[in-house]
Amino acid sequence: MQNLPWIIILGGGTFLSLVLSGLGQDAAFSAHWGIIAAVLGLGTIILMRRPAAPVPTAPAAAADTLAYFDAPIRIGSILTVFWGCVGFLVGIVIALQLAWPELNFGPWFNFGRLRPLHTSAVVFAFGGTALLTTSFYVVQRTSRARLINDNLAWFVFWGYQLFIVMAATGYLLGITQSREYAEPEWYTDLWLTIVWVAYLVLFLGTIIKRKEPHIYVANWFYLAFIVTIAMLHVVNNLAVPVSPFSSKSYSLFSGVQDALTQWWYGHNAVGFFLTAGFLGMMYYYLPKQAERPVYSYRLSIIHFWALIFLYIWAGPHHLHYTALPDWAQTLGMVFSIMLWMPSWGGMINGLMTLRGAWDKVRTDPIIRMMVIAIAFYGMSTFEGPVMSIKSVNGLSHYTDWTIGHVHSGALGWVGMISFAAIYFMVPRLWGRKQLYSPRMVNWHFWLATTGIVIYAAVMWVSGIMQGLMWREYDAEGFLVYSFAETVAALHPYYIARAFGGMLYLAGGLVMAFNIWMTIRGRVRNERPIPTAQLQPAE
Amino acid sequence: MPTALYDTLRHFADSWGLLYMMAIFLAVVFFLVRPGAKASAMAAARIPLDDATPRDREAGR
Repeated sequence: MQNLPWIIILGGGTFLSLVLSGLGQDAAFSAHWGIIAAVLGLGTIILMRRPAAPVPTAPAAAADTLAYFDAPIRIGSILTVFWGCVGFLVGIVIALQLAWPELNFGPWFNFGRLRPLHTSAVVFAFGGTALLTTSFYVVQRTSRARLINDNLAWFVFWGYQLFIVMAATGYLLGITQSREYAEPEWYTDLWLTIVWVAYLVLFLGTIIKRKEPHIYVANWFYLAFIVTIAMLHVVNNLAVPVSPFSSKSYSLFSGVQDALTQWWYGHNAVGFFLTAGFLGMMYYYLPKQAERPVYSYRLSIIHFWALIFLYIWAGPHHLHYTALPDWAQTLGMVFSIMLWMPSWGGMINGLMTLRGAWDKVRTDPIIRMMVIAIAFYGMSTFEGPVMSIKSVNGLSHYTDWTIGHVHSGALGWVGMISFAAIYFMVPRLWGRKQLYSPRMVNWHFWLATTGIVIYAAVMWVSGIMQGLMWREYDAEGFLVYSFAETVAALHPYYIARAFGGMLYLAGGLVMAFNIWMTIRGRVRNERPIPTAQLQPAE
Repeated sequence: MPTALYDTLRHFADSWGLLYMMAIFLAVVFFLVRPGAKASAMAAARIPLDDATPRDREAGR
């Protein structure tokens, strides 16, 4: 009975959650812990019904330490695809709610509760699971070492999934700290802290026992992501709960200090969660798929240090023209502009890795996906610094332009590089010779790319229009448009935006089908993608 | 926070603090361009392309 300790822990957790549910001082707290009890109880039952794995003999256990631990990576690959499709779907729902407010079904399914559900589902559920999964894959293969402890790896993996479920169900119940990208309340935050420390121990421990003298640069990026997120998460969520049995807490900071802490967190969540971690992905999977080393390893090291030295200061650009001291706003702007250099250094490093192999963009749809991801990385890290300039920000801030910018980074860079990594890993993890259908990767590519282009272009137009309408004065100095008029003007763009999102989701569903059939070991009967043919000299 | 302490910390941050960060960054850059760095960087770049497993390493491969 290897599962026994886990059954006891999960059963104990179920009991504790029920007790907390009973002790709750507000209805939301009680309901939330009731849901958590149900989830943990379900986990306990599933584990009890699973046949216990045979206890390995001593030589088999010794051989095991020389093999990679891929079981959580397999589940993680499936869950990444699943959470991606869920997150994209919720995104379409809230896009449609903006276009047609009748679609708000309160209180659980109104925009205010679904919006954090969407952002957390794509950033933390889809992106986070992709990061955990790929970091397990990359750190073992570049360290030539098994993860230090199987149980610890399972704890990190399922503990993180529990955090996602706790966060998501909390939002629908109306439990929120109202801090962007950090909405979960204090007890969910405490749970994530425990999981994250375990993740750090697991990752660092595996690096320490590596059989490769050098720590490959992808691991540097993953480690920076883990360490920085730990720091950001703890400081931004310093709060005092009303009582141990309440779903409400109050931040330790107040006023502009609170705002600055929030945006120091918020921008670095972009910088270290959505950038550094995914750069780790790029530095492993791109050379692997292209079968050639990264263009310049030394440039990748400079990319790393410059990025982490600069990113951490860029947050104040979210608070231009607020009560934040002027010097701090300028500091945020200057550091954002300086970020151009490492970002573009990294982009050039990624693209130049394909020097002499550009034909692969035509013949290999996974490489094509990686190239568009890197191109969007370059595009959005160009746009970001422009938007951080105070005078540009005066036009762009609070408008849809910001939303468009985030999505070109998230859909274009984060989404595409994750899809490519999943397409790379799945055949290898299940021992398949190839994907079910390389051509369907190509369909996914075009659906997703068209979706992003529509989305970003529409948000530029609507955002700039919105910004210009807000600041339009007549000759007497009166505002020309009422706020409601600017909202009405956005209607067609909101519909077009939802359409772009639908294309992106359609791509995700094509991927889900392709991955599922690959896992089942099927190969689609299709014309192979033509490989490069050299013209004979005449 | 008392204003004097705030002022002290701020001036420390944008003088010695800045210098310290800059020095570390420049040290990294100089370390990367030192003689012999190129060869080791090219070896490191090939780490993902080498499919050796822990078992291969155990066998001295």
